[in-house]
Amino acid sequence: MQQFEFSDISRILTPILARHGGDASRLLQVLLEVQDVCHFIPSKAIDLIAAHFGVPRVNVEGVVGFYSFLSTHPVGEYRLLFSGNITDQMLGKDELMQYLCNKLWVEPGKVSEDGLVSIASTSCTGMCDQGPAALINGWPLTKLDHNRLDLIAELIRSRKPVADWPAMLFEVADNIHRGDVLLGQPSEPGAAIRATLARGAKETLAEVDKSNLRGRGGAGFKTASKWSFCHAAIAEEEGGIICDVGGHPERFIVCNADEGEPGTFKDRVLLNSYADLVFEGMTVGARVVGASKGFLYLRGEYRYLLQQLEAVLKRRREAGLLGENILGQTDFSFDIEIHLGAGAYICGEESALIESLEGKRGRPRNRPPFPVTYGYKGRPTVVDNVETFACAAKIAEKGGAWFAAIGTAQSTGTKLISVSGDVARPGIYEYPFGVTVSQILDDCGAEGRSYAVQVSGPSGTTISWKEFERKIAFEDLPTAGALMVFRRKRDLFQAAQNFADFFAHESCGFCTPCRVGTELQKKIMSKIASGYGTASDLEELKRLGHILKTMSHCGLGSSAANPVLDILEKFPDMVESKLKAFAFKPAFDLDGALATARTITGRDDDWAHL
Amino acid sequence: MSKTITIDGLAVPFQEGQTIMDAALVSGVYIPHLCHNPEFKPHGSCKLCTVNVNGRNVASCTMPAVEGQQVLSDIAELNADRLALTQMLFVEGNHLCPACEKTGNCQLQAVAYYLGMMSPHYNHFYPQREADASHPDVMLDRNRCIYCELCVRASREVDGKNVFGLSGRGIKTLLVVNSASGLLGDTDLAVTDKAAHVCPTGAILIKRHGYAVPIGQRVFDHITIKEVQTGGSDE
Repeated sequence: MQQFEFSDISRILTPILARHGGDASRLLQVLLEVQDVCHFIPSKAIDLIAAHFGVPRVNVEGVVGFYSFLSTHPVGEYRLLFSGNITDQMLGKDELMQYLCNKLWVEPGKVSEDGLVSIASTSCTGMCDQGPAALINGWPLTKLDHNRLDLIAELIRSRKPVADWPAMLFEVADNIHRGDVLLGQPSEPGAAIRATLARGAKETLAEVDKSNLRGRGGAGFKTASKWSFCHAAIAEEEGGIICDVGGHPERFIVCNADEGEPGTFKDRVLLNSYADLVFEGMTVGARVVGASKGFLYLRGEYRYLLQQLEAVLKRRREAGLLGENILGQTDFSFDIEIHLGAGAYICGEESALIESLEGKRGRPRNRPPFPVTYGYKGRPTVVDNVETFACAAKIAEKGGAWFAAIGTAQSTGTKLISVSGDVARPGIYEYPFGVTVSQILDDCGAEGRSYAVQVSGPSGTTISWKEFERKIAFEDLPTAGALMVFRRKRDLFQAAQNFADFFAHESCGFCTPCRVGTELQKKIMSKIASGYGTASDLEELKRLGHILKTMSHCGLGSSAANPVLDILEKFPDMVESKLKAFAFKPAFDLDGALATARTITGRDDDWAHL
Repeated sequence: MSKTITIDGLAVPFQEGQTIMDAALVSGVYIPHLCHNPEFKPHGSCKLCTVNVNGRNVASCTMPAVEGQQVLSDIAELNADRLALTQMLFVEGNHLCPACEKTGNCQLQAVAYYLGMMSPHYNHFYPQREADASHPDVMLDRNRCIYCELCVRASREVDGKNVFGLSGRGIKTLLVVNSASGLLGDTDLAVTDKAAHVCPTGAILIKRHGYAVPIGQRVFDHITIKEVQTGGSDE
């Protein structure tokens, strides 16, 4: 274990704290940097950071404990986190992780005795089209195989800094296989802002309204309504935070790039190759609602994009598309700041995201009030998905009628689908809404006869081969963009179990039904997987599903039973074949537990057995 | 004239700004709850107070009362779900009522009796949780913590101290205290603080007072939590 003297910590912290200033909303960003340098957050650092921001120590400790990428105990100097999504698992993740552990003499989830390396699993890293994937000290590794792991083991043993590792290990491809209006038709940076300024803010809102654009994060709330609520909201002055701009109360535009839904990676591609379009959409939104400050909340797993995104922002400032007096308009100033997440799926929920932006534990708020009236620092805030902003930019440029003509009546425009699993060409496919699942399966070269498809990730819907003619649209199969394909003979129970584990790991722990319910669900799935399941466990899963769905505080809990309930309903054979007996059996072997007593007493007659 | 909502068919008046729970408590209508305490800002975490409003489930302690709301609360389905949540709270911690000095004064236990809990139903988790006896006057036993954050809120809002907070996540959520050692004895908690007296279970106990009131004469020994919290009678 690394020892840090007080003077060391102070020396490490001083420049970090100076760079971030005194606003406690920077807390999480500071902690990420300290974790980077020290490989954990030393207790003394918590004291100094708390004092610096003037917040109680216990709050800082609470934040450290909440996020997966932060730790109060040292992790390895080289921290390797294997992506634990089912698609990584299907590509051999479990065996590869054990292989590397054996090579480096370390147990999964533990730190090697010399503190050099730790290897563990993490939630989906968003590289499902090029898995098995992992993160090494936060940097993505893709297409892992034995050869690459041999190389990685060698690099770690020789203590080569990650920055000097061969670039090919870190290659992340876009894998765009089908582009439409977003990916296929390039836009000139500034075009949407120019159109907005020429048309006027109100008129642009009218165009967004006419386009019938709905949120691309999955919930499908109408974007124009969100924007107009935010514009209309008169925020209460709360806690002395008054950020009036030009006599108007401040409002905020937040781009949700916490793309944590396993199997989803389209925002990764948008931010890598279409960042201008996304920032353009945020700027249009800012003009419409009257915001002068925006945030991009970038999931920690996509930290590798940070530098290039900062460069795009800089370039846009230089081009007059961001910052003071945008395009010479003296009443239009707007800038964007990037905040990093730190490994917490729940922060994709908009009010948890806002808490996290404020530097706190990512806990979903009580609603009402909603973020559009009471959001970041109590101000009216629009939180929209990356893809939603990209669409908004296109609408501002080309008009609402143009957009509304694409797709279906209730689902206008196109949708980016992240395809992974048993297909020949995993990657990004952009389709007008209304496309059938079977069309997508044909286009991506689904191997053999596909058996099941997980639409919109674990929180979405599992559909069987009987339902492949269903359409991707809010009126049929709504999706945040994930499509994971399972061929025949895939163990769908393993997939449902993987998802149940995921929800238990990612539950924020605030409300009883989700905190305990997801853990109970995980335990029962594990009991069935290990051969001790009975019919009563299936009833218990259904009962838990009901409680999770109806009693939970937020969408995480209310969707956490979806994959389990879907497999029970659509693939009952897959579950029942795993049951030990169809009647009740306890979670442990009662007769087996008496074996010791039998040995001691030297008995093995009928009466010594149950 | 005041506005009204309807709870299980009963007209309940409310003032602007009140939640469904506020209105219910004033009118002597009992909705089971653990994390809610009228002295503090609503929290909404235990979810026992979930009611059905116009077909949708909401936490009554955080949901503002709105004229004309049709609220269902004391119905079989919701009481069964509340019972399940209570059982969840029992199995995720280590609640050994017969050996706990809070027995008879414990709201978790009293709610369990009220809802007719006859068994824990789920398998016990038997988590490893730390007890902390470092404070001269206050005992902290995390085995009985249900994460209602009443101590957190009381310390922050009433005592102005921030002695308590939550760390961890999900089932690994953990009550932590405001000291580098992690010990309660190293915080500025005083036995007179509100935070030392709001725990609905036996997680925070005042030392040397354990059996001052004998079993048989405790708050919930002869009357239900419904009667205690609404001042009404249990028909």
